[in-house]
Amino acid sequence: MVADFEPKIVAFCCYYCAYSAADLAGSLRLQYPSNIRLVEMPCSGKIDVRVILEAFEGGADGVYVAGCLEGDCHFLKGNIRARKRIGYVKKLLDEIGIGGERVEMFNLSAAMGPRFAEIAAEMTERIRRLGPSPLNKAYKKEPASSTAG
Amino acid sequence: MSEPKTESKLERLLNEGRFVVTGEIGPPKHAGGDGIKHHVELLKNHVDAMNLTDNQTAIVRLSSIAAAAHVLAAGGEPVIQMTVRDRNRIALQSDLLGAYSLGVRNVLCLSGDHQSFGNHPTAKNVYDIDSIQLVQTVKGLRDEKKFLCGEEIKEHEPRFFIGAVANPFGDPFAYRVLRLEKKVNAGADFIQTQAIFDMDRFEKFMAMVRERGLHKRVKILAGVMPLKSVGAARYMQKSVSGMIVPDPIIDRMKGAGDPKAEGVEICVEQIKHLQTIEGVAGVHIMAVMWEDIIPTIVEKAGLYPRPK
Amino acid sequence: MIIAEGKPIAEVAELIKDAKKVLMVGCGGCVTVCLAGGEKETGILASALRMLRQQQDNPLETVEVTLTRQCDPEYVEMLDKYVTDDIDCIVSLACGVGVQFLAERYPKWVVPALNTKFAGGTVKHGQWEERCGLCGECILYRTGGICPIIRCSKSILNGPCGGSQNGKCEVSPETDCAWQLIYDRMQALGKLDMLLEIQPVKDWSKARDGGPRRVVREDVMIS
Ligand code: SF4
Ligand code: SF4
Repeated sequence: MVADFEPKIVAFCCYYCAYSAADLAGSLRLQYPSNIRLVEMPCSGKIDVRVILEAFEGGADGVYVAGCLEGDCHFLKGNIRARKRIGYVKKLLDEIGIGGERVEMFNLSAAMGPRFAEIAAEMTERIRRLGPSPLNKAYKKEPASSTAG
Repeated sequence: MSEPKTESKLERLLNEGRFVVTGEIGPPKHAGGDGIKHHVELLKNHVDAMNLTDNQTAIVRLSSIAAAAHVLAAGGEPVIQMTVRDRNRIALQSDLLGAYSLGVRNVLCLSGDHQSFGNHPTAKNVYDIDSIQLVQTVKGLRDEKKFLCGEEIKEHEPRFFIGAVANPFGDPFAYRVLRLEKKVNAGADFIQTQAIFDMDRFEKFMAMVRERGLHKRVKILAGVMPLKSVGAARYMQKSVSGMIVPDPIIDRMKGAGDPKAEGVEICVEQIKHLQTIEGVAGVHIMAVMWEDIIPTIVEKAGLYPRPK
Repeated sequence: MIIAEGKPIAEVAELIKDAKKVLMVGCGGCVTVCLAGGEKETGILASALRMLRQQQDNPLETVEVTLTRQCDPEYVEMLDKYVTDDIDCIVSLACGVGVQFLAERYPKWVVPALNTKFAGGTVKHGQWEERCGLCGECILYRTGGICPIIRCSKSILNGPCGGSQNGKCEVSPETDCAWQLIYDRMQALGKLDMLLEIQPVKDWSKARDGGPRRVVREDVMIS
């Protein structure tokens, strides 16, 4: 693992739940890792595979989508669709060597501020363990040169 | 007794009203003919004719026509099986001419098992014509002296005794007899059925056959298959499509001290029963990988000696 | 419509391994509907290929264009301005027809990104099934609207074979026996007697045979 690796994580959050939960976490002054970039979405079901891939191409080490609890989607099935799409992206990332573990789907409600913080910590921990995305060479090369030196 | 259409011994015996017995030899997965000759020696006094399977279950084997040549050389009466899976209308007709020139007088027309069951599942199948159309073609060669395209055969037209198969255990059951009728209309002279285990269903099938008078137009040989073990019985029950093996048969095989002897016993009982069904003109014994047992079954069923 | 499916990404990557800049061409026709080669899939494949190559220290540049149809010259022409000298390879996400139309027009290395599967339709969202074997002489009127050529594993015209059991084909318990379907339908329509007629052998010269088949309509030709 890279010592000073701070993962860059993009979280696509549904406006009706996760995004509000993030607000709540903030007002409760709950600590969560600062390396998470939140993107507000009208529904997790809006998530497009291309947008997730774009995030990785743009330098993200991990991505997650947070939608409402299953059965509670404001648009009925958006979060179920999102889960399936995440499954697809996982396979695709495995195929191209980036690793499907770098992307995840979470479900929570607007009232679950603490859970929001927990998810953020959980994902950060996971990506830290996985190390930088293979696309982020700057980090990747460091340990190699240090063993050589 | 009708005028013989061919030089087939099988036809002659059926016309004489004999209850005929046919057997089956699976050609080997190699290029040696000795095994076939050995089986012919073993069977030729106990069966009236023997089927040579055509790359059965889509596994590459010595060709049925070449196997038939070995049968003829050893003094047996061959029935070549011919599937429409691997040959188009050109190759089928060419092989019919060739087989006839070698002395083969009986052909059994069938669809053939799909190639996905065999040892070359990535093969491209042919299915240019279907089995009923093959029956029609063989009849056309014989009775109209014409190739399928309509062109005349100037001389030496092949005069086969034409067989087809029927499966009383396939679905839709109600249509099975009608399809048999189609085969008879197409020109089938004799029928060999799928192996019978469910006697009740076969009885029903034959009742429908008689209702439509088909038994008067075609000779029906009922298929039987001796079981070697309870495992074999279960396999037939579960994994072979178009087969029905009722539980009492499984139970009998399971309870038997000597499963092989029990298998023979069941088979003999079946043959005796089949002899009592109006419209059954003979039996076809399929002892897959167990050809040696056929003489025992024929003797026990009281069908030995065979007519000349 | 024509149903196609993406080739594995690694396979496409191998096909273009020597290219630095590729033109990735989607198609707005059938393959958009069956979610194999529309604008979206083109974007996904392009992104995936770029990421794969970035990891190999051999960056790939992609240009993405989706045409209304790749099987019509009037739309293919619109690609002209993108087919510049620096394009090393064209990746087509159309069916095999589109790939060939691009290859006929441009003196470039053109590779397929899809496997073209069959002529079929959507049976439910996300599932497509074959319906027509493009035999050139439709006989659906004899079989109650169910195609025996492609839906029967043995293309039997006088079925069913002995392997049909409980409505399923001998080939797989997931496959309906086409002839059971035909029987049921003809029965429901009161036309079972039609099935008693022996269907004649098929004229396969009207199907795949003797080079590409052609359909000509003089009345609509412009010159
Ligand atoms: S009969 Fe021929 S044209 Fe008609 S659906 Fe079947 S394959 Fe297609
Ligand atoms: S089981 Fe039915 S679909 Fe399958 S090959 Fe036989 S007739 Fe055709």
